[in-house]
Amino acid sequence: MATFRTNRRTLLKGAGAGIVALGAPHIFTKGAWAQNFCNDPTNGKIVFGFNVPQTGSYAEEGLEQLKAYELAVKHINGEGDGGMLNTLKPIALKGNGVLGRKVEYVTGDTQTNTDAARDGARRMIERDKAIMVTGSVTSGEAIAQQSLCQEMGVIYMSGLTHSNDTTGKDKRRYGFRHFFNAYQSGVAIAPFLAKEYGTDRRAYHLTADYTWGWTQEESIKNATEALGWETVATVRTPLGLGDYSQYLTPVLNSGADVLILNHYGHDMVNSLPQAVQFGLRDRQANGKNFEIVVPMFSELMAVGAGEAVKGIIGTSNWQWSLDDEGTKAFTKAYGEAYGAPPSQSAHTGYVQAILYADAVERAGTFYPPEVIKALEGFEFDGMGNGPTVYRDSDHQCFKEVLVVRGNENPSSRFDVLNVIGKTTREDVTYDASIFGGELGPYEPNEC
Amino acid sequence: MFSLSRKDLVALAVFSVVVLTMPIWLAPLGASYPGLMQKFAIYAIFAIGFNILFGLTGYLSFGHAAFLGVGSYTTVWAFKLLSMDVLPAMVFAVIVSGVFALVIGYFSLRRTGIYFSILTLAFAQMSYSLAYSVLTPITNGETGLLLARNDPRYLDAIFGAQADVAGLPQPTLIGNSVSGYTGFYLCAVILILAFYLSQKIFASPFGMALRGIKSNQTRMNYTGFNTRPYTLAAFVISGMFAGLAGALLSITDPLAGAERMKWTESGNVVLMTILGGVGTLFGPVIGAWLIKYFENIFSAINTNMLNNAFSFLPDGVQGFVVTVLSKFVGEGWQLTLGLMFVLIVVFLPGGLVEGFHRFMARLRRRKEAPERVSSTQPAE
Amino acid sequence: MNVFLAQLLNGLDKGGAYALIALGLTLVFGTLGVVNFAHGALFMLGCFCAVTFRYLITLETVTVDPEKLSPWGAPVEIRTPLVQNWFGDFGAILVDYSVPISILLAVPVMLLIGIAMERGIIKHFYKRSHAEQILVTFGLAIVLQEIVKSFFGANPIPQPIPTDLRGAADIGVWFGMAPHVLTYPWWRLIYLLFSGLVIGGVFAFLQFTTFGMVVRAGMADRETVGLMGIDIDRRFTVVFGLAAVVAGVAGVMYTPLLAPNYHLGMDFLVLSFVVVVVGGMGSLSGAVAAGFLLGILQSFASMTEVKSLIPGIDQVIIYLVAVIILLVRPRGLMGRRGIMES
Repeated sequence: MATFRTNRRTLLKGAGAGIVALGAPHIFTKGAWAQNFCNDPTNGKIVFGFNVPQTGSYAEEGLEQLKAYELAVKHINGEGDGGMLNTLKPIALKGNGVLGRKVEYVTGDTQTNTDAARDGARRMIERDKAIMVTGSVTSGEAIAQQSLCQEMGVIYMSGLTHSNDTTGKDKRRYGFRHFFNAYQSGVAIAPFLAKEYGTDRRAYHLTADYTWGWTQEESIKNATEALGWETVATVRTPLGLGDYSQYLTPVLNSGADVLILNHYGHDMVNSLPQAVQFGLRDRQANGKNFEIVVPMFSELMAVGAGEAVKGIIGTSNWQWSLDDEGTKAFTKAYGEAYGAPPSQSAHTGYVQAILYADAVERAGTFYPPEVIKALEGFEFDGMGNGPTVYRDSDHQCFKEVLVVRGNENPSSRFDVLNVIGKTTREDVTYDASIFGGELGPYEPNEC
Repeated sequence: MFSLSRKDLVALAVFSVVVLTMPIWLAPLGASYPGLMQKFAIYAIFAIGFNILFGLTGYLSFGHAAFLGVGSYTTVWAFKLLSMDVLPAMVFAVIVSGVFALVIGYFSLRRTGIYFSILTLAFAQMSYSLAYSVLTPITNGETGLLLARNDPRYLDAIFGAQADVAGLPQPTLIGNSVSGYTGFYLCAVILILAFYLSQKIFASPFGMALRGIKSNQTRMNYTGFNTRPYTLAAFVISGMFAGLAGALLSITDPLAGAERMKWTESGNVVLMTILGGVGTLFGPVIGAWLIKYFENIFSAINTNMLNNAFSFLPDGVQGFVVTVLSKFVGEGWQLTLGLMFVLIVVFLPGGLVEGFHRFMARLRRRKEAPERVSSTQPAE
Repeated sequence: MNVFLAQLLNGLDKGGAYALIALGLTLVFGTLGVVNFAHGALFMLGCFCAVTFRYLITLETVTVDPEKLSPWGAPVEIRTPLVQNWFGDFGAILVDYSVPISILLAVPVMLLIGIAMERGIIKHFYKRSHAEQILVTFGLAIVLQEIVKSFFGANPIPQPIPTDLRGAADIGVWFGMAPHVLTYPWWRLIYLLFSGLVIGGVFAFLQFTTFGMVVRAGMADRETVGLMGIDIDRRFTVVFGLAAVVAGVAGVMYTPLLAPNYHLGMDFLVLSFVVVVVGGMGSLSGAVAAGFLLGILQSFASMTEVKSLIPGIDQVIIYLVAVIILLVRPRGLMGRRGIMES
């Protein structure tokens, strides 16, 4: 059943041989020709690995993403109505699987934990022979899996990850991100903040005290200061705190008139309603209405925050109520399958799976360097975000960024966010060198 | 000095065979791949070390994950600054986590019982929170400490051993890569050594003294026996085991994240030890394997796989069976784990090993003379 | 000055919550001697009593409008709430005040859960080792939270504050300050008052009733009380039920501040243990004192002025204080000798 492999060098040097000999018979399957790569599915199954949090704090977003992946596999294999396969342009997929063969999948639970995420990804690669791993709800998970996959020579398509680091400082040749990032949030939201709240504002930042929070704080601070806003204070709050009262009371008389919450997920679900309860939005400061801004949020967070989210401005990667063809096709397919509209977490996962499959189809091989080259610089449209490009220098997708506002009068329980505008792809494009990092080699490792 | 009693020798031999043949007997269980087997070995080391403290002295540390984390961070830093060879990294990790344990143990061991537990918990939680936030320059916070191609690696530079590869350097053992199965066998050999060491400690006068402390510390003190150095030594040894486990985590997979220090991870090793059997040699190992197995294998079963597995059933029945079972696997794997905890502790008091002994004793009693009472039967 | 006062209020508010959560735990842990890792789960179940109650009274009749279609092609549903249909304005008030009213549901439900847990499982573990108590209660906690997850999902479910109690009170004006100088949310003031009442109630119950007297005697010397022919086990069952109720109502009233999710219990578990142990084993007043002390110190440690002196202090303050107190005072603030020391 099991095939035992080891590194060639190990055996040549002979050191580990004594230990190894105790174990079991070996089948030495290594050649040096270029097309030999990890989990080559030419003679086996085509397996995608979907690794998302199914337990822990972000289980809901993870499970939504998982549903979308399952839908994507159906569509790639030609089941169902095809969803975005009908709208993606250009498209190489034919609705008969990938390179004419059906795709299968395995799943895993990252528990929103970097170690568990890597354990899951290793299982998919080592045991289940996955040719591609995808899925994440936090940047920690995404970066952990991405660096692992680089080492194993398996392509990783990240799910929801918003930190600049994923395609910046910690970018990898084998990692690709469709989701937008904190820098783009800052650039995208700034003109709308100026329009809604003016250019003469004093902002107070509450920031989750970890890497993602810092990158977002920095991005938003730079963007708002460029508008002419003044930053009164930037205060760090412990992750997963629950009760933010001790950080909210100092805001009241700080002289600030805007509170920016650089919180994500459960942090935001708690801090935003608490800020509203403290009467921040009923106050006047510097002769203006006090405002709260949450630079990045999702519909699941909006649902969790309840009424407090009404009227709050933030950015989103995608929203099901958009009226382009791709969005309509995906929302319809997902809604029919699961009885509710998809979240942006589901959308980004679905798109990533389709894009990978399409890249393989275009490359005509599963050989990772060729697939990577097919993805790098790929221009496409019809996936719900307008014309999009996978930039080759950092593997970040560039597309429109949505600016959304909490819906004041929701018509249904799913109708929590309104899209109030889009910032164009040109505006959110930046120079890849500003975040440093290096992609690493194309050549796959032997896993 | 290296001698063992006959019983212990047999146990060690059996244990070695079981560990080294893991790739074979785990295959039908769907767990025979290097990633998980490495974790089996590493967490078994962690639990064995924890058991030296908890099983022998009765001191329940709720902050052992801190040493695991310190070991991991030290190892990655050794890779970054010194050399990609695993030996210096392991040595440093054990030393640093030992020093860390010495400091925490020195303070925590001033108290006993629950007060001790909360002190260790508090130290570990402080380490976790700081590692996640303000210590990010050292720990790289949320993302975890990763290797980079342009790390200095002074030792390698001196010896001219800088691997000239295009990608990231890989940890090596005297020039041999330790990924995949090699990594597993490395961990397995260290696990066997750790098991041997714990046998020696259990059988030594030191171990007897620790047991004496467990049964009645006050009496030990009254007999003029200073217990502090003994408990502190046990604490430091067990912290070094944890540091070693942390080092192996980073060696087999060069990334160190702050989550390794969180209380849930400390709680995990407590659960592993209790589940298998506190104070027994095999117990913690079995507990560790069981929990890691559920975490990695049960969580990976999805409805699709269930549907395939039960496709021989008629449609309606299949749907029903799959719906019921899907609550216990995939996203519901923790439900199964929780139920298992409750059932084991209710029906097998003393953990799995104790339960096994009782079961065997009952079998033996039925076979042999009915009045014979097994020596493993604990007094209640 | 007003910033200082506001932080004091925050501290008291937090302290009230901590004390309330710790109170039930110290009853079970410090007095029955059971290490109850399911205590956080009881708090979480309390939160979900509020969620369930609100779910029940906002049940709707669903009619389908075949004319309109939702974006995924299903007919649009028109929902009309039942309670409002039946009771009119009273129904609307019921929905508005769902959180405080659900205490009426939480008390019997939590009492039942507590008694069932004690009779079903915990009872058999009084004489077992602490290690086994940890394993069984932790297993129980996981099972409870997974059951909640399978019913309510993993996303937080926000509970609104009644309309009249929203917004912030201008406390400063009461003390002769200028308006808007010191404001504080009404609901947090109510929570503070509520925690004071519950804590006072539990103390009075144990202090002034015969039942309480027997329980206190049982805590001090269980065997003697048993020898006097008093069925102390029966009383301990009630104590466990009481602990569950206190944790539950603490959860109910906390829901508007913290949107409940199935994972909440684990987040509060460690904290409640720290509070109880810092307070000292076997001491109710110790737990309350520790709750307020930690709450207040945590609030002050979060001030920018303090943080700039000691970076990261707000991350670790609770644990740091716990370490200092336990090193200075061997049995926490008010612990009794010999409980959980071996």
